[in-house]
Amino acid sequence: MNLLDPQGPVAAANSTILVDSVFIMLVIVVPTIFAILGFAFWFRASNPRARYQPDFVYSGRVEMVVWAIPALTVILLGGVAWIGSHRLDPAAPVPGTGSPVRIQAVSLDWKWLFIYPDQRIATINTLTVPAGAELNFQLTSSSVMNTFFIPQLGSMIYTMNGMVTKLNLRADNEGQLKGLSAHFSGDGFPDMMFDVNVVSPLAFPDWVAATAKSDTVLNEDSYRRLMQQGIEKGKPTYRLEDPRLFDLIANQHIPPGPGPGPELISDAGRPHRGGHDAR
Amino acid sequence: MLGKLDWSAIPFDQPIPLIAGAIVLVAILGVLSWVVVKGHLPYLWREWITSVDHKRIGVMYILLASVMLLRGGSDAIMMRIQQAVAYQSQGYLPPEHYNQIFSAHGTIMIFFVAMPFVIGLMNLIVPLQLGVRDVAFPTLNSVGFWLTATGALLVNLSLVVGEFARTGWLAFPPLSELSYSPGVGVDYYAWSLQISGVGTLVAGINLVTTVLKLRTKGMNYLRMPMFCWTTLASNLLIVAAFPILTATLAMLLLDRYLGFHFFTNEAGGNVMMFMNLIWAWGHPEVYILVLPAFGIFSEVVSTFSGKALFGYRSMVLATMAICVISFMVWLHHFFTMGAGPDVNAIFGIASMIIAVPTGVKIYNWLFTMYGGRIRFATPMLWSVGFMITFIVGGLTGVLLAVPPADFMLHNSMFLVAHFHNVIIGGVLFGAFAGFEYWFPKAFGFRLDERWGKLAFWFTFLGFFITFVPLYIAGMLGMTRRMQHYDVAAWRPWMIVAAIGMAVLTIGVICQIVQIVVSIRNREALRDRTGDPWDGRSLEWATSSPPPVFNFAFNPDVRGEDAYWDMKARAQQQSLERDRPEYQDIEMPRNSPTGFVCAFFATIMGFALIWHIWWMVILGGLGAWATFVVFAWRDHDEYVIPAEEVAAIDRVNLEERGNLVSMAGTV
Repeated sequence: MNLLDPQGPVAAANSTILVDSVFIMLVIVVPTIFAILGFAFWFRASNPRARYQPDFVYSGRVEMVVWAIPALTVILLGGVAWIGSHRLDPAAPVPGTGSPVRIQAVSLDWKWLFIYPDQRIATINTLTVPAGAELNFQLTSSSVMNTFFIPQLGSMIYTMNGMVTKLNLRADNEGQLKGLSAHFSGDGFPDMMFDVNVVSPLAFPDWVAATAKSDTVLNEDSYRRLMQQGIEKGKPTYRLEDPRLFDLIANQHIPPGPGPGPELISDAGRPHRGGHDAR
Repeated sequence: MLGKLDWSAIPFDQPIPLIAGAIVLVAILGVLSWVVVKGHLPYLWREWITSVDHKRIGVMYILLASVMLLRGGSDAIMMRIQQAVAYQSQGYLPPEHYNQIFSAHGTIMIFFVAMPFVIGLMNLIVPLQLGVRDVAFPTLNSVGFWLTATGALLVNLSLVVGEFARTGWLAFPPLSELSYSPGVGVDYYAWSLQISGVGTLVAGINLVTTVLKLRTKGMNYLRMPMFCWTTLASNLLIVAAFPILTATLAMLLLDRYLGFHFFTNEAGGNVMMFMNLIWAWGHPEVYILVLPAFGIFSEVVSTFSGKALFGYRSMVLATMAICVISFMVWLHHFFTMGAGPDVNAIFGIASMIIAVPTGVKIYNWLFTMYGGRIRFATPMLWSVGFMITFIVGGLTGVLLAVPPADFMLHNSMFLVAHFHNVIIGGVLFGAFAGFEYWFPKAFGFRLDERWGKLAFWFTFLGFFITFVPLYIAGMLGMTRRMQHYDVAAWRPWMIVAAIGMAVLTIGVICQIVQIVVSIRNREALRDRTGDPWDGRSLEWATSSPPPVFNFAFNPDVRGEDAYWDMKARAQQQSLERDRPEYQDIEMPRNSPTGFVCAFFATIMGFALIWHIWWMVILGGLGAWATFVVFAWRDHDEYVIPAEEVAAIDRVNLEERGNLVSMAGTV
């Protein structure tokens, strides 16, 4: 999950900006640290060779330089930020080979649901994507906020109930990656890690076809069961009954997740032991 | 009768909080019974609890902060151990407990350690530096302190009665809404902060008024010590920002108690509104904490370099620039919420712009050292340590202000390392520097240097051993607040961080030992001159500890570094100038208003948390009645006769006679 080992163009650009910014700042920071240590050491009271200049308390030239150095650094970095923000806007498509893949991600308490509306399939905690294709994500949440993040593919984005956020990524190399939620969402939060399988563009249709044969169906009823709090250790896959399911969730036709539910609320307000299966 | 409160609120099945609570209870009872048996209670009541003396209140603030630092530090130790062991296992803390611990750690460290520490130092020193006898509103000052203590008490109460929030230290909705957090944890969080927030707000109003309206003769704005300037900036921010926090939490509480829908998922609530509001307070809060620390470093670096602060006016400008710009950057806390590129870029650049005045400050401290005669007493060590640590924190902060970099690092362990880098390296180092520097002023004896230096080195090294691994873990994709994890690459760094935590703990222990050793050797460490460091500002012009009236005569200020100036002039002329006649001094009377009011506020807060409505009314009426009684007071001042002033002042003058004749030879 190393950020400096990007597996797609977004992560590559992000980490390039990250590393470049650090180097731009190090050019200023390293000499400053040495100056601090040097001045502190040389002007120690016990050094007879250091000249005591109690009246050196203002110098227009020094002031100009000390305002200019950070200002110039910030102008340079500000340019990086401005251009970077526009080039790497998560909502902007990332062109790739083959036809784009639409993926609708829903954060649930505490698992990830990935809906492939065009392929009429859905998965839990496993994201399978073809290498090199443009990936268009639409994201929402069934209950509380989460953040969708695949470190080696780049840019994270919040998921919020009743709202849709957009993210565009591309995975360039086949292989296994990891994704996670990067915004605390409750007791099962650490179990919201998910697998990302980047498969070859040829293998992807096969995987779709195999998944579409799944016995289990995702519809409003089975989705409501998924909304219950709990973690999912398995990797269930579904046939998608209604490709508009994501819209029903996002526009709250299906109400938000129930949380711990009334039967679990203790009068004293403390959580019941085992009120969730996160442990 | 007791609302939601019953026996199930006591966590009999969870040994850790129960044992911790029992130990604390025994300790409190032990101290209380010692106080009562030894007959110290009247003394405590008269001299401390009801005191409206800014110095006493400052000391009590710092005491509160120190005690809470131990609590918040214990939370940190538990978290580091949990993350070191919870690889492919559940560790030793179940999620419902771990989540409370990180929420409490953040809340306590910001609201009940950093805030009271800096407010305490400002209270203690600012009136002395301004050359005045007290703050603008002495009784209000006491109210502010005791309300802060109420908040701290309620947070600690949640350890054994009920639970604390399991939502993180900012209690983001919808997780903090009733449907997802039905317990009393969020209520403990919100009511503690509401009550202590009132305390902080009145402290802010008080200090702003003090700086603006109470300065001794000749103390122009541009002659004020830098600490007074940063106090002004910080408290202006308090006055402007804390009402936002109060309003935001009030909306959250309306959602939770009365079924409103400000931030709920349903009925048009908007969680993004909460994010904006809480950070519109939260970002200025960072500068509320760090600006006073900047002031402390300015005083310390200048004193121990034996030079006036380099570029004083530039520093004033930088301080006020930070004060204003800090209100325009809040969105950088959620670049990843999907705002457009223009919005993200503008807030990113605005955040970077703050780095300019901050950088200027670093360079001005650097040039203050240039050409100085630097004495490396403990406060100076903390200051140099701060400059190095803070630059690293500033670098990572500016990095996080670049939106594309933040898209990878938001909410990661890198972020955790960054804000600890600036809060420990900036605020806490500053608080410790101020503590070491002004301790002799407050108590009349210096702190042991050997233990102080040990404490510095362990804390300094411990800090890097703890937080560099967190930076690395963040670069490896690790996000914050994970109760357990399965990624092998993170494990070694979590173990190193836990070791670093042990080193940091040794640093804290050294600090405690330092205080104990110094109290035992206090006769040898006694500061008879009132000016142990060869200081430059007016707090050193009076005895240590200062008399209740601070100064027998209002000092006459003729330039920057007022006391340095006086010492130089006194040496040129003769020491024993003609003194004008001593006069009677009027000082504010003690008042139990603050304590009684906070007592009722505690009852009200507890009752609100547990929905005990009759008790809410009782507490509210009590607090209100306390103010009414105070408003009807007949005498609010007492007179110290001229002879008494003269007697106290002569002792002081005699003892510093030697010192003044030595000044100027430096």
